[in-house]
Amino acid sequence: MENVKIRVGDFNFYYGKAQVLKNISIDIVENKVTGIIGPSGCGKSTFLRSINRMNDTIIGARAQGRIIIDGRNIYDEDVDVVEIRRKVGMVFQKSNPFPKTIFDNVAYGLMVNGVKDKYYIQDRVEKSLRDAAIWDEVKDRLNKNAFELSGGQQQRLCIARALAVEPQIILMDEPASALDPTATLKIEELIQELKKKYTIIIVTHNMQQAARISDFTVFFMLGELIEYNITNIIFTKPAKKITEDYITGRFG
Amino acid sequence: MKIKQFKEMVGFGILRLCVGMVIFILVIILYDIISKGIGIISWKFLTAMPKNGMTEGGIFPAIVGTVLTTAITALLAIPLGMGCAIYLNEYAKDTLITRLIRMAIRNLAGVPSIVYGLFGVILFVETLNFGTCILSAGLTLGLMTLPWTITASEEALKNVPNSYREGALALGATKWQSIKTNVLPYAIPGMLTGTILGLSRAAGETAPILFTGAAFYLPFLPKSLFSQFMALPYHLYIMSTQHHAISKVRPIAYGTALVLIALVFAMNLFAVIIRYRLRKVRME
Ligand SMILES: Nc1ncnc2c1ncn2[C@@H]1O[C@H](COP(=O)(O)OP(=O)(O)OP(=O)(O)O)[C@@H](O)[C@H]1O
Ligand SMILES: [Mg+2]
Repeated sequence: MENVKIRVGDFNFYYGKAQVLKNISIDIVENKVTGIIGPSGCGKSTFLRSINRMNDTIIGARAQGRIIIDGRNIYDEDVDVVEIRRKVGMVFQKSNPFPKTIFDNVAYGLMVNGVKDKYYIQDRVEKSLRDAAIWDEVKDRLNKNAFELSGGQQQRLCIARALAVEPQIILMDEPASALDPTATLKIEELIQELKKKYTIIIVTHNMQQAARISDFTVFFMLGELIEYNITNIIFTKPAKKITEDYITGRFG
Repeated sequence: MKIKQFKEMVGFGILRLCVGMVIFILVIILYDIISKGIGIISWKFLTAMPKNGMTEGGIFPAIVGTVLTTAITALLAIPLGMGCAIYLNEYAKDTLITRLIRMAIRNLAGVPSIVYGLFGVILFVETLNFGTCILSAGLTLGLMTLPWTITASEEALKNVPNSYREGALALGATKWQSIKTNVLPYAIPGMLTGTILGLSRAAGETAPILFTGAAFYLPFLPKSLFSQFMALPYHLYIMSTQHHAISKVRPIAYGTALVLIALVFAMNLFAVIIRYRLRKVRME
């Protein structure tokens, strides 16, 4: 039986007066990859950033409705945002390594969460880098600045950084958008590996990629959830004409 | 094509001329001061008390006075300025009030220094009853420097990409943790540079210390922070406009000017070095 990890109910989101998410309701299944597709500006990133309350940092932004993770509405007033963000990791649309060493990048999350044990940190850093399929490329230069890595390596480093704090959910905003086919392939393989342990939500503009890696697919348009189903069904016999048009590239 | 190239040449020519003129003026001023001041500079001039109504002797108390007031200025302006900047840039919401505060700070930077001097008299000398002394003068200069420190520090904080903050928060850092470990380390070089430039400007100011503690002629060192003191810029002012034998003390005036310039230059150099070193540490 499949477990629901995240239950979104009647969720609305506003930037000032502009409503960018309209009445979203969706159940996200545990240990599966859920892909989000939709035209640019339809609110995919906003939706993703709502799940770890990253949008709190934006002035004038307002959320309304429920996002329930493990039975707890993360928008309840007494919820500790820091706690949520530790549980819900995020890999940003633009890879954003910190100007620190490779080691310190991965150890950062542990450090701010109060982990002191050096050996434990070393273990976690190595494990996370291995999980992110980048260990072999960086093991000899952990003390080098992360900016020396290539774009694809930086993106995998950011994934390792997110894994290090052992979240339960990982949000990925177009993690492969700036990568070449080889690096993209590596990240796709990685995601298949990761879903054994994590619940993954991934935004992508690449239809083939969505079809390849996700178990479920969500189609957003103009802030509305148009269709949500098993990936296979969305891509072979979508319920709505507009979904089919988008997937086959028949509209802008 | 030819016309385009010609226009380029003229454009660059004008820009070069501007730079050239600025450098030319600077060189003339420096040459004037150095050539007329270098003769009197000696170990004795730097370490001796002034004598005979300032017609002889050194400028030691003025150097000490300026260094001490600048130290107090720094103690006030650096922590307070950085704190304000951190609050304004990282914590304050973008409301009408914060915008007004920010505008007020920008405007304060343009208030003439003599006005700060008057304010210093009222606040430190009279209301807080510190009297005319090093402390009052240093604090007055500190207030004057604050707007510059805040503005420069805020600018430095703005230069830290938002993705560093968001990246830290997304890993479960608290707001202060993200600022402390992922913003400040990259902003501090810029903050310090701006601050030290502000301080070196304060070190050369005369008006604010005029009423708050600087003394005409004190051939001994200040006993405490509540003593009056001599200061290089004020000494220079006296020597070149108020002294009874101006032409006789001209060399001393030039020597004082040279020492003041050297001091300010050293501070600016220090700012450059800090920035360079911190930058290197960060890039490693
Ligand atoms: N910080 C913000 N302030 C105001 N409006 C915003 C902000 N961020 C996004 N928006 C608006 O919200 C809408 C949804 O943006 P969002 O970034 O979620 O789209 P997206 O689906 O991720 O697009 P893309 O595929 O191009 O990344 C857009 O119309 C955008 O202009
Ligand atoms: Mg986006």
